[in-house]
Amino acid sequence: MPTFINRFLNRLTDHLDGPLLVIAGLLLLIGTATVYSATYTTLSRVPSQILNIATAFAVMWVVARTQPTTLMRFAVPLYVIGLVLLVLVFLFGVKVNGARRWLSIGFTRIQPSEIMKIAMPLMLAWYFHKHEAALRFKHYVVAALILIVPFGLIAKQPDLGTAILVGAAGFFVIFFAGLSWKVLVGLLVAGGSALPFLWNVLHDYQRKRILTLLDPSSDPLGAGYHIIQSTIAIGSGGPLGKGWLNGTQTHLEFIPERHTDFIFAVFSEEWGLLGNIVLLVLYFFLVGRGLVIATNAPTLFSRLLAAAVTGLFFTCAFVNMGMVAGILPVVGVPLPFMSYGGTALVTFALGLGILMSIQSHRMLVKK
Amino acid sequence: MPHDFASQDREQSQFRFRLGFAGVAVLLCFTLLFIRFFYLQVLQHDYYATRAEDNRISLIPIMPNRGLILDANGVVMARNYSAFTLEIIPSKSGDLDETIDALAAIIDIQPRDRRRFKKLLDESKNFESIPIRTKLTDEEVARFAANRYRFPGVEVKARLFRQYPQGPLGAHAIGYINRINAKDVDWIEENEQSANYKGTEHIGKTGLEQHYEFDLHGVTGYEQVEVDAGGRAIRTLARTAPIPGNNLTLTLDAKLQEVAEKAFGNRRGSLVAIEPSTGGILALVSTPTFDPNLFVDGIDPQSWKELNESLDKPMVNRALNGAYPPGSTFKPFMALAALETGKRTPGQAIADPGFFNFGGHQFRDDKKGGHGMVDMYKSITQSCDTYYYMLANDMGIDNIAAFMKQLGLGQATGIDIAGESVGVLPSPEWKKRRFKRPEQQKWFAGETISIGIGQGYNAYTPLQLALATATLANNGVMYKPHLVKYITDTRTGEKRLIEPKPLRTLPFKQQNIDTIKHAMVGVNKEGTGARAFAGAAYESGGKTGTAQVFSLKGGNYKESATHERLRDHALFIAFAPADKPRIALVVLVENGGFGAQSAAPIARQVLDYYLVGKEAKGPAAEDASGEESADVH
Repeated sequence: MPTFINRFLNRLTDHLDGPLLVIAGLLLLIGTATVYSATYTTLSRVPSQILNIATAFAVMWVVARTQPTTLMRFAVPLYVIGLVLLVLVFLFGVKVNGARRWLSIGFTRIQPSEIMKIAMPLMLAWYFHKHEAALRFKHYVVAALILIVPFGLIAKQPDLGTAILVGAAGFFVIFFAGLSWKVLVGLLVAGGSALPFLWNVLHDYQRKRILTLLDPSSDPLGAGYHIIQSTIAIGSGGPLGKGWLNGTQTHLEFIPERHTDFIFAVFSEEWGLLGNIVLLVLYFFLVGRGLVIATNAPTLFSRLLAAAVTGLFFTCAFVNMGMVAGILPVVGVPLPFMSYGGTALVTFALGLGILMSIQSHRMLVKK
Repeated sequence: MPHDFASQDREQSQFRFRLGFAGVAVLLCFTLLFIRFFYLQVLQHDYYATRAEDNRISLIPIMPNRGLILDANGVVMARNYSAFTLEIIPSKSGDLDETIDALAAIIDIQPRDRRRFKKLLDESKNFESIPIRTKLTDEEVARFAANRYRFPGVEVKARLFRQYPQGPLGAHAIGYINRINAKDVDWIEENEQSANYKGTEHIGKTGLEQHYEFDLHGVTGYEQVEVDAGGRAIRTLARTAPIPGNNLTLTLDAKLQEVAEKAFGNRRGSLVAIEPSTGGILALVSTPTFDPNLFVDGIDPQSWKELNESLDKPMVNRALNGAYPPGSTFKPFMALAALETGKRTPGQAIADPGFFNFGGHQFRDDKKGGHGMVDMYKSITQSCDTYYYMLANDMGIDNIAAFMKQLGLGQATGIDIAGESVGVLPSPEWKKRRFKRPEQQKWFAGETISIGIGQGYNAYTPLQLALATATLANNGVMYKPHLVKYITDTRTGEKRLIEPKPLRTLPFKQQNIDTIKHAMVGVNKEGTGARAFAGAAYESGGKTGTAQVFSLKGGNYKESATHERLRDHALFIAFAPADKPRIALVVLVENGGFGAQSAAPIARQVLDYYLVGKEAKGPAAEDASGEESADVH
């Protein structure tokens, strides 16, 4: 083979991580097939999803080639921008259906809470990295503040799904940075006893969702409807599923968001327990690979960042599947690489790129 | 700083321990999911399979009635009625052309119906049912019922239709609804209304129907039905009633609107009438207009083409989207600017020789030989150009632009109809943005001169001019223009008032405002508007205007010789009664010639009706090519 082609191929792939690429590729393949199944009778979303995938790949490729030290430089500005935008949303955001999540910037709307999914772990990892030599209790307090302010702003919008993801990403950093177990248990106990108070703070629709979770049949046409229908879809799928494009439940019935947050119901009905096992294994490998990358990472910053990004993938997958299967409350969380949607896909690709960057620049740093 | 290797090692091993802990937690969580899946898909599979296959529960959406639109006095502008439609489900019927031909043998199907069906077919999904004929007669329903067995996939359905009983009256304000298309679907999803629009086929496309879509739509109800494996409904399990859409009551007065539209006769143009003390729009005219009823059951391509390609552009909302130079109606605002910035006093007079020389160019007044000595009062009543050439030159473009911006000229007004144009408030910054090449971007002092008489780059929507006039009439307090007075919740009967919102209070001296108003009253008493307002039962203020569309070189302008479409636009702004204005308006007649001649008489008819209930016999303006031009303008 001519050397320039070799060199080109090398350059194209030298910072990509094989295992991650294969797992994400398989998930995207399954995801696109499922998006097709969910939407081909109405308005097929596949062409625009393919466009989303191309964008996401480009983002991943660029980030993977970027040095972790460069990524670190983005931590503070990205976080500050995200925070300012969140405050702007709080003050002037566009209200849609009672939730103030968007900023109108002339031709389009942006959802600043999305930025925080990545900005939060970057910021916290940078913060701990900076104080690496002597981490004291006060640093954890500051870190908690860095976490709580945007979390509160997003929860207030209200966007429980995104708030949970941002909170989880931040929490993973603090946990892996070595937050004392005693404090952790203390927080857990305190959190438990604060539940009644929290209940009062929640919005009506959020309370309704939690109550519905405990007894879906209490509101079969309203909030409980999603869960009833999605569990029927999953359950009727059986061990082997009804086959691709044959999920009568999801096609004929009224499952809103069946190509986005509830895509797993479509998949599970058509591929059954067998398909679900494949999916669980793929996500487990994805998380496992992330943890391996975190273990091998040379600096505190890259360790924490890798661990947090991995945690984000896990949280999304677990919360989404748990919600659709009716063991977790219904909150808007996308299923990584499966749900339709450009923003979510780009965010996940960014996470992949960060993991690849940390993995591929590992040796350089050690030298 | 000495590196603490021992602590770093400790830290690393602690990190690894925590990663391991996390790995175990992940495994546990996934195991939990697996157990749940196993429970649902293996242990409970039979139960769920039964629920899914044999006793599928289906939700059938029940459409809410769309809210009504009523004028200020309760006249119905938009309502619903039920009618039978003949519909085809393409996926269930055989060859479409054959089916339609066979149907045509028993039911009257016009070529227009076929064209519309084709168009709807292109836009829709295959399993949807698409109307081929709407509003069937009872006899036709019966005839189809007898032949039903011959037509699989064809059925008669009772549907609610939107109807605009006033027809074309106020169509640009009311807007219309039409079938939902892919763009609307995206919009609905973006607003998280997908569930609520399940089963809805129509959506507001323009005007109030669009702006208040979610209010008018209501909440879709559901019937929970048990269906068998074939999808047939067996019995109803539960029913959630739909909540009808809310009714809109407008500030618009349908009768006034009718008087105004009639006054235009066959002329093209626009009229916007505002209640100055609230910003409520009393009439919003854009002529020629169109019949919104055409759109409701899907307009056929030929009618659409006719509407769209007409030279008269009936689909364009001239009141919001037409941008015209204000001509001399700009002068009262210029005069106010002069007083507020101290560039002129009311008594200061200039000698008008009939022209103004600037930089080697002669800016001419329309009156040969000039108006003689002209003070501010006379400059407005006689519409003296020279006075304003000089004034504009003295003020400078930046001062003019800053002042006019306060009055809302060249700005979006925020009216409750989408898509208003912003027009052009000329300034050096605007020119820089507007043009690409550097040599085009420079502002020339000469350009400022024609801005002073409302020409040049000036371009405002009739709505903006009406708002500025209303603000002047209301002594500087500007209210956001709006068409809806209140929204009635159809369930509780509660009325949600659209509060008149003071947008801003302009810091003008009352004395200066009074000076301008006095001069505008003079226009209708003894000036260019006097002829149109002779014998009026009330005192009013006004200002005529003529906006150049085309300038003939040589200046020997003979109106009748110019092609009708190149003739000047006629404008008129007015408020009345003069002491406590209840109405302010702008009239624009496209290619109407002089403002005094075609626009002012329209204003007179509208004010006569609104203030003293007097109705005119015929239109105030008719296209009358070749008519002698009036001596005032």
